Amino acid sequence: MMFKSLRVRLAQGKQVIPDVRAAKPLGFRGLPTIAAGECAAGCTACVETCPTAAIRTDPLSIDLGRCIFCNECVEVCPEDKIALTPEPRMGATSREDLVVGAEQRAVIRANAGLARLFKRSLKLRQVSAGGCNGCELELNATANVNFDLQRFGIEWVASPRHADALVISGPLTRTMREAVRLAWDAMPEPRFVVAVGACAISGGLYDGARGVERSFLDDVIPALYVPGCPPHPLTFVNAILDLLGVA
Amino acid sequence: MIALASPTSELEMLAIKPWAARLVERANAGLRPITMYGRREEDGVVLTVVHQDGARLQVSRTRVDPVHGYHELTSSVPALHCFERELHEQLGVRVAGHPWLKPVRFEDRDQAAMATYPFYRVDGKEVHEVAVGPIHAGVIEPGAFRFMCFGEHVIHLEIQLGYQHRGVEARLLERDPRTLAPWCETIAGDTTIAHTWAYAAALEQLAGHPLDPHHELARAIMLELERIAMHLAGLSGLAADLGFLPGAATYGRLRTTAINTSMRLCGSRFGRSAIRAGGSGVVLDDELRAVVQANLALLRHDGAIIDECFDSARSVRHRLIGVGTVSTELATQLGLVGMAARSAGVAIDARTGGSYARHALASCTQATGDCWARAQLRIAEITASLDWLERVIAEPVTLHKARSKLAALAPSQLAIAVVEGWRGEVVHCLETGPEGELVHYKVQDPSLRNWMGLAMAVRGNQISDFPICNKSFDLSYCGHDL
Repeated sequence: MMFKSLRVRLAQGKQVIPDVRAAKPLGFRGLPTIAAGECAAGCTACVETCPTAAIRTDPLSIDLGRCIFCNECVEVCPEDKIALTPEPRMGATSREDLVVGAEQRAVIRANAGLARLFKRSLKLRQVSAGGCNGCELELNATANVNFDLQRFGIEWVASPRHADALVISGPLTRTMREAVRLAWDAMPEPRFVVAVGACAISGGLYDGARGVERSFLDDVIPALYVPGCPPHPLTFVNAILDLLGVA
Repeated sequence: MIALASPTSELEMLAIKPWAARLVERANAGLRPITMYGRREEDGVVLTVVHQDGARLQVSRTRVDPVHGYHELTSSVPALHCFERELHEQLGVRVAGHPWLKPVRFEDRDQAAMATYPFYRVDGKEVHEVAVGPIHAGVIEPGAFRFMCFGEHVIHLEIQLGYQHRGVEARLLERDPRTLAPWCETIAGDTTIAHTWAYAAALEQLAGHPLDPHHELARAIMLELERIAMHLAGLSGLAADLGFLPGAATYGRLRTTAINTSMRLCGSRFGRSAIRAGGSGVVLDDELRAVVQANLALLRHDGAIIDECFDSARSVRHRLIGVGTVSTELATQLGLVGMAARSAGVAIDARTGGSYARHALASCTQATGDCWARAQLRIAEITASLDWLERVIAEPVTLHKARSKLAALAPSQLAIAVVEGWRGEVVHCLETGPEGELVHYKVQDPSLRNWMGLAMAVRGNQISDFPICNKSFDLSYCGHDL
């Protein structure tokens, strides 16, 4: 048995991504970029094909809080105005900052107050409210041997009473309304909310769907938005580090 | 993949009594019900039942007055239990005498209604109940579990779901049916490929669109990568719940390799945008072929090392063998599907019997139906999928992206597609009206049928066995709740 364990250890080697701040996942459809310049007059091809109404024209902009990174707009644009790059780092501290135009990026403003409190130890409680298990799997992956979130003193905890931040995924279902509220009420202050994925940020594909009820997020405004469908683990890890001003 | 398309006028339409007799007769002949659902029409509710007969599907319909209802069939054909509950909840059909007529997902109701769930009661001075959920202690979807226990011994587990109900089926009827792929990708986000393939296959039949065999191959490649990735995720989670950390770490990082392979082929670790109705979003050229081959070789090599360690660890064997058993008889009766059924010796697999992207695939089974069998089945299926992928990828085929605008849908047609996802069969039924408009979309994730399997597996075990049993079934909450 010992030799078998040693073989596993040997094959395992070192799997950790050494520099999560610089890593670019190969082949990933991440941060959209919009080329400068006017669109052809009257062209709305991208707006019409977008499944989540994330795109506005005049001037062209994409709302990362609605975008599901499906690539449809890229494929229908006759002028190659939009590109999805492998850059996983995106996210914002305000909802408006998620709307990006030509040669613009979403910005995370490091929060001095949160940084002072949580820079060296942050406990997260995740609640899925209608999440499809895409966001949940990627959030779980942040703690695996590749992304190793724990190296920054950030951990997922089981009880909301131990948590500093409530990490919400899914569009928020009516049947989870009470449970989400209970989890939030159980958390000691200071505390904040992180909205993960297009569903949590805007309702995404399920904005206005029959079972969705988002009043919790009208009452409690997230301190951090992490875009994606689902967000890459690197998007989440970097967004948290940016918020806390970790280099 | 198994599929059927038929003008609705040519489907068998019977009065309720002969229809019920037909169901029982088919069950006695050993045919398996794949789905049963209802649709409200002006003069009542049309019930549709679909049976599998080899690689063919048989459809039988009846019309019922929801107030008058009909007499339950679950007692004669227990596999229909969840479908009859759903009929009652979704359409208000009276299902007289049903032995377990409880809410399925609290559709269109709020959380307060969920407090009134009629839990089964076990009385006795020393009987106690343990309530868990809806929020669990991990990064996982919500659902409520109620254990009725005598000491540590679980007499009965009841699973109450519905917390994830977004209103998927209603949403699928709100848009142009040819643009639904993004929604189908998120019905159960860990089963993106299987659900989207089922949608695309059913839709292509309605549009009379013959699919390029290359696109079918692309779908099958992505489906097997999804299976490998989720089986590795499940084994990693199971190992973590056992406290077997080498398994948790190694199966976890192997999953990263599998999903990153999917990302190289289609731009998403979950296979988002890999399938589009009538087309494909997968690219495979010679450069990527080499990448995929190297990744498959790594999965096979390092997978074998951790499998050997996992399989021979005494702690693993002790915790899994004989725990959470479902017998072959029970699995058949309950109508379990996919991995849960094959682990209990029920050889059903939609990838066999018909065509599977023109390359045969070996289906696996295990006999014992316990947690160990479910883990062993996942290990065996990873190997079988690797075998299949290596064979297919070795051929000098190239795959390219293709967008396709489907024609208008044929009027008054029913199209059904069954795709074997990693959990089990995913069933999509689409029906068009007289103008070719989509009038009904029925989605079925294998979890709908398999949750009862978990409840039965836990009976007679200890509460401490529950996390292992749960992880071994690895069911979807949102796929069930829709």
